[in-house]
Amino acid sequence: MPRLFPWLQAAPLALVLAVFLLVPVAMLVIVSFYDYDSFSLIPAFVLTNYREVFASFVTWQTYLKTLYFAGITWAVTLGLGFWLAYFLAFVVQNQTLRTVLFVLCTVPFWTSNLIRMIAWVPFLGRNGILNGTLLATGVIKEPLEFLLFSDFSVILAFVHLYTLFMVVPIFNTMMRIDRRLLEAARDMGAGFWQTLWCVILPLCKPGIGIGSIFVVVLVMGDFATVRLMSGGQSASVGLMIANQIGLMQYPAAAANAVVLLAMVLLMVGAMLRVIDIRKEL
Amino acid sequence: MTETKTSLTRRGALALAGAAVGSGAITGFPTLWAQNIRNITLRQLGTGVSGLNPIAEQVKKDLGFTLQMTVTDTDAVAQRAATQSRSFDIADIEYFSIKKVYPTGVMQPIDTKRIRLADKIVPIFTTGRLTAESVIAQGTSPYSVGFVESKDAKGFASARTELMTLLPTIYNADTLGIRPDLVGRPITQWKDLLDPAFKGKASILNIPGIGIMDAAMVAESAGLVKYADKGNMTRAEIDKTIAFLIEAKKAGQFRAFWKTFDESVNLMASGEVVIQSMWSPAVTAVRSRGIPCVYQPLAEGYRAWGSGLGLMKHLSGLELDAAYEYLNWYLSGWVGAFLNRQGYYSAVLDTAKTFMTENEWGYWMEGKPAVSDIIAPDGKVMEKAGAKRDGGSFLERMGRVVCWNSVMSEDRYMVQKWNEFIAA
Repeated sequence: MPRLFPWLQAAPLALVLAVFLLVPVAMLVIVSFYDYDSFSLIPAFVLTNYREVFASFVTWQTYLKTLYFAGITWAVTLGLGFWLAYFLAFVVQNQTLRTVLFVLCTVPFWTSNLIRMIAWVPFLGRNGILNGTLLATGVIKEPLEFLLFSDFSVILAFVHLYTLFMVVPIFNTMMRIDRRLLEAARDMGAGFWQTLWCVILPLCKPGIGIGSIFVVVLVMGDFATVRLMSGGQSASVGLMIANQIGLMQYPAAAANAVVLLAMVLLMVGAMLRVIDIRKEL
Repeated sequence: MTETKTSLTRRGALALAGAAVGSGAITGFPTLWAQNIRNITLRQLGTGVSGLNPIAEQVKKDLGFTLQMTVTDTDAVAQRAATQSRSFDIADIEYFSIKKVYPTGVMQPIDTKRIRLADKIVPIFTTGRLTAESVIAQGTSPYSVGFVESKDAKGFASARTELMTLLPTIYNADTLGIRPDLVGRPITQWKDLLDPAFKGKASILNIPGIGIMDAAMVAESAGLVKYADKGNMTRAEIDKTIAFLIEAKKAGQFRAFWKTFDESVNLMASGEVVIQSMWSPAVTAVRSRGIPCVYQPLAEGYRAWGSGLGLMKHLSGLELDAAYEYLNWYLSGWVGAFLNRQGYYSAVLDTAKTFMTENEWGYWMEGKPAVSDIIAPDGKVMEKAGAKRDGGSFLERMGRVVCWNSVMSEDRYMVQKWNEFIAA
């Protein structure tokens, strides 16, 4: 009987995961082999959906574009997030001030996703605040068109949205670093950069790992930001899937989703190989 | 009431009381079951175009039962109708969607013998022609998918029968919207969208099924492609259309592609875009911000759309009776006037007219200059006295429809190619 007890304790979670995660994913995989016409799904085992995913030049282009967005966003949020966290953890000494500044980091999340993204239009637009200011100060003569509805604006929105996901876990690991280690490093004659590289960075790895997983997964699956900020001019895998769902081409969407899922899992797997995030937990 | 007519049965008295309280004098329908009907709730699924709360409130007032509206986008309506048909009772759905949805067998046809004003419906829906001389437009015209031969038929009838797939409710003619203050020249044709003068200032809508039609209007106008039927392109025609779109995109002609109503309003109002595909109420929304915007009639004509109410298969008994009552009420004038006042058109015009002022009717339907301010349904002044509707009267606008929103046989291929265009 006591042997059964741990199993029973784990059962509710296992059940929830099975019903709401495993079954849907299994359905997704099954449907991805179905055939379809404009009216209905046709249960079958065909490879057309996957063939269309892999054989189409556009799909490759779209996957590359999505990776490109993910890569750049990851690099920028990591750079920003690391230094923001560093500032909060090591430079700010007052606990109240630290809390206030930390709350400030969450400001982008105080409005809805959609409103936040639409708010960029009057700021970055042709007649927006930024172009207006630059024109008025004489820095530029023609409005900068690349500011809005471009890859630039997509990445800007991603960075704006997801930097916090990098800041929080890195800040968390930084706060756990035993301050005596830093003192020891200084005593041993290490300079600022050497301490950073040899002490802080290795100890922050779990935080960086978790932050990276958040950012990469969020960007890879995004469809709303890419559509709104690129003005529909750029594609992402998520957007491609959304289009297919919109036209009731579920099997094609499912095949794309399976490929995307596999790709993201591989990426997360690779990250977990490099960094042991369990140290964090 | 009950005291004066003592000979009435209890049931009849209740019904009378119910009718008096519930349906009001306007409808005057013989509502024998008026008491039971008050407990009925009909669930309607539709788009934001006509899924409007004032309609549900008026149903409660006039008919006594509850109409519960769920609003989502065009694609989602079709999806839910086809896959979760029991989750609602009435579909408020577009004609091009019904072409996909009806053959799946989730709906029942509407018996026109039970529709009192069936013969008053605008002939676009019953004969395919607005007037005897007009030609049937390309695409999925409501007429071509409006009727079925029998209750179990999966295909559509080629001519009018007694069974309708949808009861037409709302339709309109779409064209390009422009910013007259920023385009700097008269816009007269669809191909003006490609004018290099508007480089980086044009937009087209990114809903593949509709976007491809606007693109086709442009391509045909520019003499790039000649279509047998814009609403049902061949693979070669799709290839040519997408190729020209990609070329224009690469040349930087488009500022953005929009997918929702609000996006189109924002693009236009902010001046990011000066010429684009647009919907009539979006033009009104831009104008209500004090920004000039014109729904420009073009030489080649309009692209039209229409939607209607369909009954789901599982409806029966009292609920089905209530649904028929609702359909009849929809044509009886109040909703018609309500929709006409927003720039759409209603299926039965005579009844709607009685609910509109002479000024409103003149402005919206006859293309006459407004003699006094035109007030929006929310009470704001929409147009000042003297204003004329873009495109003119009902006959001028609907009479110049050249194609309807549609579903193509090569739908799957088209979407694939459309994705190529977006990814290019």
